[in-house]
Amino acid sequence: MEKVRVVHYLNQFFGQIGGEDRAGIIPQMKEGPVGVGREIQNESKGRFEIVRTIICGDNYAAEHLEEVEPLILKWVDEIRPDLFWAGPAFAAGRYGIACGTMCKAVQQKLGIPVITAMHPTNPGVEAARKEMYIIETGDSIRDMKRVIPKMVALAQKILDKASIGMPEQEGYLPRGIRVNVRAEKRGSKRAVEMLLKKLRGEPFVTELPIPHFDRVAPAPPIADLSKAVIALVTEGGIVPKGNPDRIEAHNASKYCKYFIGDLNDLTGEAFQTAHGGYDPVYANDDPDRVLPLDAARLLEERGLFAKLYDYYYVTVGNVTAVASAARYGHEIGELLLKDGVQGVILTST
Amino acid sequence: MDELLIRKVRVQDVTFGERTEIIDHLLRINREELVRYLLEDSHLKSVEIKLARPGEKKRIIPVKDVLEPRAKSGGTSTTFPGFLGTAEPVGTGITCVLDGVSVVTCGKLVNFQEGLIDMAGPGAAFNLFSKKLNIVLVMNPVENLGKHEHEKAVRVAGIKAAHYLGQAGILAPFDEEIRYPVATCPELEIAYRGLPKVIYIDMVIAQGLLHDNYIYGMNAQGSLPVFLSPTELMDGAIVSGNCAAPCHKNTTYHQQNNPIVEDLLSEHGKTLTFLGAIAMPVRTTLLDKERMCTQVLKMIRFLGAQGAIVSEDGGGNPEADLMMLARLFEKEGIKTVLVSDEYAGRDGASQGLADVTPEADAIVTNGNGNQYVVLPPMEETIGHLEAIDVITGGHTGSLRSDGWIEMEIAGIMGSTVEVGSENLMTVAI
Amino acid sequence: MVKEIERVGLPAVQICAIVPIAVTVGANRIIRAIAIPHPTGDPTVGRREEFEIRENLLKKALDALCSKIEKQTVFK
Repeated sequence: MEKVRVVHYLNQFFGQIGGEDRAGIIPQMKEGPVGVGREIQNESKGRFEIVRTIICGDNYAAEHLEEVEPLILKWVDEIRPDLFWAGPAFAAGRYGIACGTMCKAVQQKLGIPVITAMHPTNPGVEAARKEMYIIETGDSIRDMKRVIPKMVALAQKILDKASIGMPEQEGYLPRGIRVNVRAEKRGSKRAVEMLLKKLRGEPFVTELPIPHFDRVAPAPPIADLSKAVIALVTEGGIVPKGNPDRIEAHNASKYCKYFIGDLNDLTGEAFQTAHGGYDPVYANDDPDRVLPLDAARLLEERGLFAKLYDYYYVTVGNVTAVASAARYGHEIGELLLKDGVQGVILTST
Repeated sequence: MDELLIRKVRVQDVTFGERTEIIDHLLRINREELVRYLLEDSHLKSVEIKLARPGEKKRIIPVKDVLEPRAKSGGTSTTFPGFLGTAEPVGTGITCVLDGVSVVTCGKLVNFQEGLIDMAGPGAAFNLFSKKLNIVLVMNPVENLGKHEHEKAVRVAGIKAAHYLGQAGILAPFDEEIRYPVATCPELEIAYRGLPKVIYIDMVIAQGLLHDNYIYGMNAQGSLPVFLSPTELMDGAIVSGNCAAPCHKNTTYHQQNNPIVEDLLSEHGKTLTFLGAIAMPVRTTLLDKERMCTQVLKMIRFLGAQGAIVSEDGGGNPEADLMMLARLFEKEGIKTVLVSDEYAGRDGASQGLADVTPEADAIVTNGNGNQYVVLPPMEETIGHLEAIDVITGGHTGSLRSDGWIEMEIAGIMGSTVEVGSENLMTVAI
Repeated sequence: MVKEIERVGLPAVQICAIVPIAVTVGANRIIRAIAIPHPTGDPTVGRREEFEIRENLLKKALDALCSKIEKQTVFK
C-alpha cells in the first residue's frame, strides 16, 4: 500500500505547548509529527506519514478565523498532502469547532480529503457532520487508543474511494444526511414485504422516517398577572451590536443571555440581528420589531405585570437542528424557572 | 372465471427489414411502413426511427415516454384502449408482449421536463431501459404547432408504434405464457377467505400539459378514482402523458409492467388477497385532493380492504395526497405502505418530502432524485444533446465543453420511479 | 423552543409568522406575528401606530399566558 502523506491539525494542548493558559497562541507549523501524530504513524505501521503538523490555540482560532483559515490553507496547499487530519477533539468544544472549520475549508477550497473525531455533544459536530466523516469518541483522552485506529481505517477507505458503511459499522457519528444505495430487492418488493409485516403486527422499519413532533400538556396559566415576572426570549437573533458572542447566522450552536434591566428600548445603534434567514433591514433599524422591549416596558410600568425579567435569551432559529432547539428550550426554561420567572413570551421569525 | 394470457416473445436483437416480423428472436422492422403509419398524423412533420441496443455508446435525449410493444391476439379490444378506435374493456383474452423491446418517444422538446437514457457507461445503471432494445421515434412537429397538440401527437405516435410492433408478436412463437385469472369479488372471497385483502392505489397525476395521465384514453383531469383490475394495467389501460420529473414519472412501460402489481400477484392467494387497483387522479387544489382521497376511501371500505399500498407519481404536491390517504386509511384501521422517492438535496441534508403526517409510518423510498452524477460523452446522441441544459436535473452548463454531462439523476428516465421497478434506495448515515 | 419551556412548567407563548409550522412542531400558545422579518413591528405605518400594534400584540400574548387551555391554541 502506498504511503499517505498527512497534515495534522492540533490545538495548544495536544500540540504539547500548554493548557488553557496557552489557548491564545497564534498558529504555528512544524515539519513532522507532534505527540498524537506519532501514534497515528505507529498505528498505521508507518503507512500514514505526518509530514507537517499545524498547531493553533483554541481561543485564537475562534477569535481570528478570518486570518487563521487562509494561513492554514496556505500551509496545507504548499505541500499538497493526501489527507488532512484534525484532532481528535473529544469533548473540547472550541477545539471541535476549530477542527470542523479547518476540515471544511481544506476539503472545499483545496479538494483534499479530511477526517476528524469528537464526542457526540461537541458543538463542532453539528457544524461539520453534514460535510465530512467525524469518528465518534468518548469524552476523555483515554479513548485515544481506540479512536486512532478507527480514524486510520476510515481515512483509508475515503482515500481509496471505497464504499463506506453505516455509522455503527465504521464508527462515525450519524451525519444527518441521506445517501443513495442499491438495495437487494426492488422497491415494490420491499413495499409488499413491509405491508405483510404491518398486517401481521410484526415490527418493520420505515425507509423514510417522518420527523416526529411530540405534544406537551399546556402548563398551568398565570394565576395573577399583576404579580408575575415575565421574560422575553427570541429566536430572531437580536444581539448586542457586533454580535460579541458570535451566534451563527444559521444552525446556531448556542444561545445567549443579555442584560436589559437598565434599558427601556432597543436601538439600531446598540443592537442588531444575527439571523441570516430573513431580511435584516427592519430588525436592524429597530430591534424592538423582533424583541419587543419598548412595549414590554410600557406594560410593566402600567402594572399589567409585576416585572420584566432583567435578561433576555436569544438564539438564531434558522435551519437550527431540531435537537439543538429542543435542548436550548429546555435549558432556558429551567434557568428562567429557577430565577423566578412565571411566563415567557417568545418571538420567532 | 375469466383470464388473461400474457404471451411473451423474447426478442434478442432488432434490425430494419422488408417486413415487420419476428423470426428466431430477431425483430425486423419495416421502417418505411411504420413511418408512413405514424405520419398519417398531419401534426407530425417528420419521424425518424433509430435503434439503441444495450451496451451501445448511445444517449437518448429528450425522452417523453417509454412503452412496451403489446397487442391483443383475437377479440375486439385493443391494448391502449381508447386510443386505437375502441375503448372496450381490456384485461382478458390473449396479449402478446415483445419482451426485451421498448418504444421511446423522442425528438423536439415539448417542454423542459423530458429525460435522458444512456445505453452504456455509468448512466446506464440508473434504469431498466438501458437493458432494452429501444426503438426510438425521433419526431418533429409541423411549424407553429401548439404545445398541447405537439404533446398529443408524440404520445399517440408512441402508442401506435407500440401497438404496431406488438402485432408482430402475434404471429411469432412465444417463449413464455403466463396465465392471470381474473376473478370477481365473490370468487375471491370464497377462494381466499382468511387472507388479508389488499388494494393498490396507483396515483396518477392529472395537472395539465406534460403532467397528465390517460385512463382508457380519457384525460384523468376529468375523472374520479376508478377501479382497475391488475390485468387492465397490463393491457395499457393507463397511458402516461406525464413528464415530471423524468426520474419519478411513471412511464406507460411502468404501468404495463407495474412491479407492485407483479409482486402483489406473486403473494396473491398465499399471504394476501390482491383485490385490484384504483387509479387515483392527483389534482392541485385541496378540495380536489379531499374529493379524490375520500372517494378512494369509500371504495376500499366497500371492498373490505385491510391493507393498501399507495404509489406516488411525480413529486411535490402529490405528497399531500400520499399523506392524506395515509391519515384516512390508518384511521380506519387499514394498514398502509406508501411508495415514494425523495428530493433530499444534493447534500442529502434536506427533508425529502413536501408534506408529512405521523400516520405515514411505513414508507419505501426509491432514492434521492437530487443525487449528482457526471456522465461521459457517448459516441452517438439520438435526439438533441443540448436539451440537457434545460431539462429537469440539468442546468445551464450541464453539457460541459469536454462533452461530459453534469446533472442530477432527476433527469434520468425512471431512476427513482415510484412504483418501485428499480432497487435504488436512500439510507440515513 | 416554546414547547420545551412549557414542558418544564412555565406557560410560554410564541409570536410567529408561519403559524402552521408552530402548530406542527407542537407549540401550545401561538399568536400570529406581523411578518417574518418583523414579527412585532410594521415598518409600513408610522412609528406611533407601529408601537400601538406592538403593544396590542404583547397584551394578547400576556392574555394567552393567563388562559387555561386544553390543547394547542392559536390566539386571535
